[in-house]
Amino acid sequence: MLYREAGQFKTSYATDQQIFPIRQDRVAVVALAALAFVVVPLIATQYWLSAILIPFLIFALAALGLNILTGYAGQLSLGTAAFMAVGAFAAYNFVLRVPGMPVLLAFVLAGGCAALVGVLFGLPSLRIKGFYLAVATLAAQFFVVWALVKFPWFSNYSSSGVITAQKMTILGIDIDTPLRKYMLTLTIVTLLALAAKNMVRSSIGRAWMAVRDMDVAAEVIGFPLMRTKLTAFAVSSFYCGVAGALYAYAYLGTVEPEAFTLDLSFRILFMIIIGGIGSILGSFLGAGFIVLLPIFLNIVVHWLNGVAQSLFSASLPASITSNLELMVFGGLIIFFLIVEPHGLARLWQIGKEKLRLWPFPH
Amino acid sequence: MTFFFEVLIGGLLSGVMYSLVALGFVLIYKASGVFNFAQGALVFMAALTFVGLTEMGLGFAMALAVTLVVMIAGALLTERLVLRKLVNQPQITLFMATIGLTFFIEGLTQLVWGSQPRGLDLGIPDQPIEWVLDRAGIVVSQFELFAAGVAAVMVAALALFFQKTRIGRGLRAVADDHQAAQSIGIPLHLIWAYVWAAAGFVALVAGLLWGARNGVQFALTFTALKALPVLILGGFESVPGAIIGGLIIGAVEKLAEVYVGPMVGGGIEGWVAYVIALLFLLVRPEGLFGEKHIDRV
Amino acid sequence: MMHRTKLMAWLAAATLGAASTAAFAQAEQFVPLLSYRVGAYAAGGSGIFGGYIDYMNYINMKEGGVNGVKLSWEECETEYNNSRGVECYERLKKRGSGATLVQPLSTGITYSLIDRVATDKIPMVTLGYGRTDAADGRVFPWVFPMITTYWSQASAMIKYIARKEGGEDKLKGKKIVHLYHDSAYGKEPIAVFQEYQKRLGVEVTSIAVPHPGNEQQSQWLQIRQIRPDYVILWGWGVMNTVALKTAQRNGYPSGKILGVWWAGSEEDVIPAGDASKGYTTAVFNVAGANLPLVQDVKRVVYAKGKGNMEDATRVGSVYHVRGLVHGIITVEAIRKAQERFGKGKVMTAEQVRWGLENLNLDEARLKQLNAAGMMPPLKMSCADHEGSGLVKFQTWDGNQWKVVTPDWIAPDKQMIRGMIEESAAKYAKEKNITPRDCSKES
Repeated sequence: MLYREAGQFKTSYATDQQIFPIRQDRVAVVALAALAFVVVPLIATQYWLSAILIPFLIFALAALGLNILTGYAGQLSLGTAAFMAVGAFAAYNFVLRVPGMPVLLAFVLAGGCAALVGVLFGLPSLRIKGFYLAVATLAAQFFVVWALVKFPWFSNYSSSGVITAQKMTILGIDIDTPLRKYMLTLTIVTLLALAAKNMVRSSIGRAWMAVRDMDVAAEVIGFPLMRTKLTAFAVSSFYCGVAGALYAYAYLGTVEPEAFTLDLSFRILFMIIIGGIGSILGSFLGAGFIVLLPIFLNIVVHWLNGVAQSLFSASLPASITSNLELMVFGGLIIFFLIVEPHGLARLWQIGKEKLRLWPFPH
Repeated sequence: MTFFFEVLIGGLLSGVMYSLVALGFVLIYKASGVFNFAQGALVFMAALTFVGLTEMGLGFAMALAVTLVVMIAGALLTERLVLRKLVNQPQITLFMATIGLTFFIEGLTQLVWGSQPRGLDLGIPDQPIEWVLDRAGIVVSQFELFAAGVAAVMVAALALFFQKTRIGRGLRAVADDHQAAQSIGIPLHLIWAYVWAAAGFVALVAGLLWGARNGVQFALTFTALKALPVLILGGFESVPGAIIGGLIIGAVEKLAEVYVGPMVGGGIEGWVAYVIALLFLLVRPEGLFGEKHIDRV
Repeated sequence: MMHRTKLMAWLAAATLGAASTAAFAQAEQFVPLLSYRVGAYAAGGSGIFGGYIDYMNYINMKEGGVNGVKLSWEECETEYNNSRGVECYERLKKRGSGATLVQPLSTGITYSLIDRVATDKIPMVTLGYGRTDAADGRVFPWVFPMITTYWSQASAMIKYIARKEGGEDKLKGKKIVHLYHDSAYGKEPIAVFQEYQKRLGVEVTSIAVPHPGNEQQSQWLQIRQIRPDYVILWGWGVMNTVALKTAQRNGYPSGKILGVWWAGSEEDVIPAGDASKGYTTAVFNVAGANLPLVQDVKRVVYAKGKGNMEDATRVGSVYHVRGLVHGIITVEAIRKAQERFGKGKVMTAEQVRWGLENLNLDEARLKQLNAAGMMPPLKMSCADHEGSGLVKFQTWDGNQWKVVTPDWIAPDKQMIRGMIEESAAKYAKEKNITPRDCSKES
């Protein structure tokens, strides 16, 4: 009843080509944006902003980037963290070495650098497929981190090899409080997410999906394989690069190359698998799941332990609870993959179907 | 020139160690198409369980037997609780499930045995063989020769198993085509259970050798990263590929580190193996001995 | 309906519970613990945080807290992961009466928190890790790389070698290989070694080991080629064990290997078995179950079943004692702050920072703490956030660590300080920080 597109007629091409063709979706998106841009800043504490929401948005952006590559263009990559590292270090060097460089432009250029590196490491994808390609992208992962550690120029000859994000000023406003950093991150992520949503339903997005579904067939019907695959690598790495720059500038402040480990790449891959391969929404849901779940587990276990302490005046030692958390985390991932292999986005789709019929089930 | 051979031999012997881990990957990929990232965690689990049991006072043979039982039980449970529920899912989903499994195994192993690193002595000294050192001036470790011997025996045994036994033939049939194999009456789940049990056994052997070489500690799970370039070079489906790939990767990465490394600041071993494998793949996209897939529209 | 009532009751109970713990925590000095007890570095994490908690328990049980102010703490698992560490810090920093100080025990998390602690005005203490140039307290008012830094250690190692060789002039032409973990951590001392190469004519070759360091055949073959007089092992985690094993495999004597303090725990040498006998490392805390403080902690804490270490044999191990030192620094900083801002009161983080900057643990004070000879004396100041720089050297005899330098070995403080100030000034310039004027601090 509530969610029904019947009666919504499209009378012009413009309405037919809207990003969200259903009115209820538009309302929901506007409401969500209002929540994120207005309500959250009003009520969120500093803890929520700087420890949960900012990393969530940044990881969601990186997941979005990977989802473009893996979910839409079908190219498996384990080098996401490396592209983020390129973005972070490139942004630092642009701001450092070009006097008066506006920080937003530096982010865009950083994304561009990451895109270049992405294209370079995407070249083998023209020949290699599947897990062979995935393992080959590990070369990017290890090489980039090695290069950033090895050549001190990247970190401006810092003795400890770390980079410290410079102050951000946009239009005369210092981006220094968690709230401002949150707003900056949110704006960038929103814009890029909308761009991605548009891109995947344009001709380029359809080319990606054709290549994903069967590249030989796509080639036969006239999609240029090389260009399609490489644009996927470029766009994906651009997103990851911007995410990396935000990771350094809006989140951590000081970053060492080793922060961009293989583990981070895996985590982002998890996000898109759990969230939903080939779904913009899924990238956000997955990022939420992977960022929040360990924290949630940690808090729950602490709380249970506190209850146990007050009831039986005995609690589990931290070495046990920490390992239990890890086990539950691994177990839950397997559980989710078994229950819903198409990810959280699929659950949302099923929910929509149900809503369409509700309250009359037939 | 002596030094060159020293590096080459050291590299080949290290390569054999990589192959040991890669074998476990190959077994499972061959039979079920699962890229089992948990193999590294299995190596860790096997080694730590074995050492934990010997600390509890079990003899070598007894501890080995109990660990083997544990590994096989774990493999069967994995097959039953995880893989069977994920049949027909895309490969990447299965891959991710094995990463989830990695977390689970790591947590469980440390929960049971604690986080302390331990030593493991198999009774074979990891020292240069005097005789070779005196004659040729080349360092060859007794232990690594032993490990190479074990690897050779294992590959031979696995090859026989695949070629000559009923289960082995069933396994190859399953690897070729799940549905066709099932339709002619090959019990798919049983075959998978065998394969995972065999992978558990390979993990145990790799765990003991790596554990004796590097100490039994969490970092044994990282051995998986050493096995990956070996896999893509040798092909995911090939047992001999794992061995040949290991030898090539081991030798080339050591030579590169020693002869090219100093020019660029060293420490290139971490990625050079991947680059070699990558370059190789550009020529043969399915690895050295991988099965060639023909794409049809 | 039934469900809702239950839910409301449960929520009310939970809120009450939370409120009561908050009220309970008011009179306590809260210490957040960003610990890690899973993953590759769990052995270090469980030992050090175990010792840290043991010491706080010890003070609570023996003296009823610091001048009557009980210490309270909460652990948060970071898995040695930067973003988990940041979340833990943000979660715990306002707990109870607010965080006293934070010791992240991970260089990565330290970097991630440098900006945050300055904004939140919470001191961050990093014992023997973290950012070396933060020892310049004028540029980094909130960061305390106390006791000793990597640069001081590198210098002390050269001094130790000089002592063994019979004087600094004997070092000319000696070959040293610096075998390092290929990361920011491992590269840090290169600058110091280069300085010594210039000054003393000692030849230092740096050889990188890629992370995690479980394969070092090619590096040790290179070392075999060079035939160095000493190998300085700048490793971490599995790399240390593998280095010792691979040295043995290639016939390099363990007696000539000199490790850093993160390569000098039981956890590093036991897995290497025989290969580690005779191996020497630097330490800023001595180990042993017979140390007076360890004995006392056993008597006060462990006898009552409150000990944090599950494996009793690890009590008195290098990491456990290092945890006790973490505890001593925390407690003594609070005590010092109380001397000025009111005994028996809960100190704020800013007051504790004053306590840290005015901390003076001389031999006499360490004796009162049962810690004489266990950790080096240190005297902090506004400008000097390192405070000591002294280390001892210990050798593994196959069963336990034996101290081989009865006295503390000092680095070339003047040289190191110059390098620190230079690096900190560069940071200040990049970040537009005006260094504090220390003559105006009271």
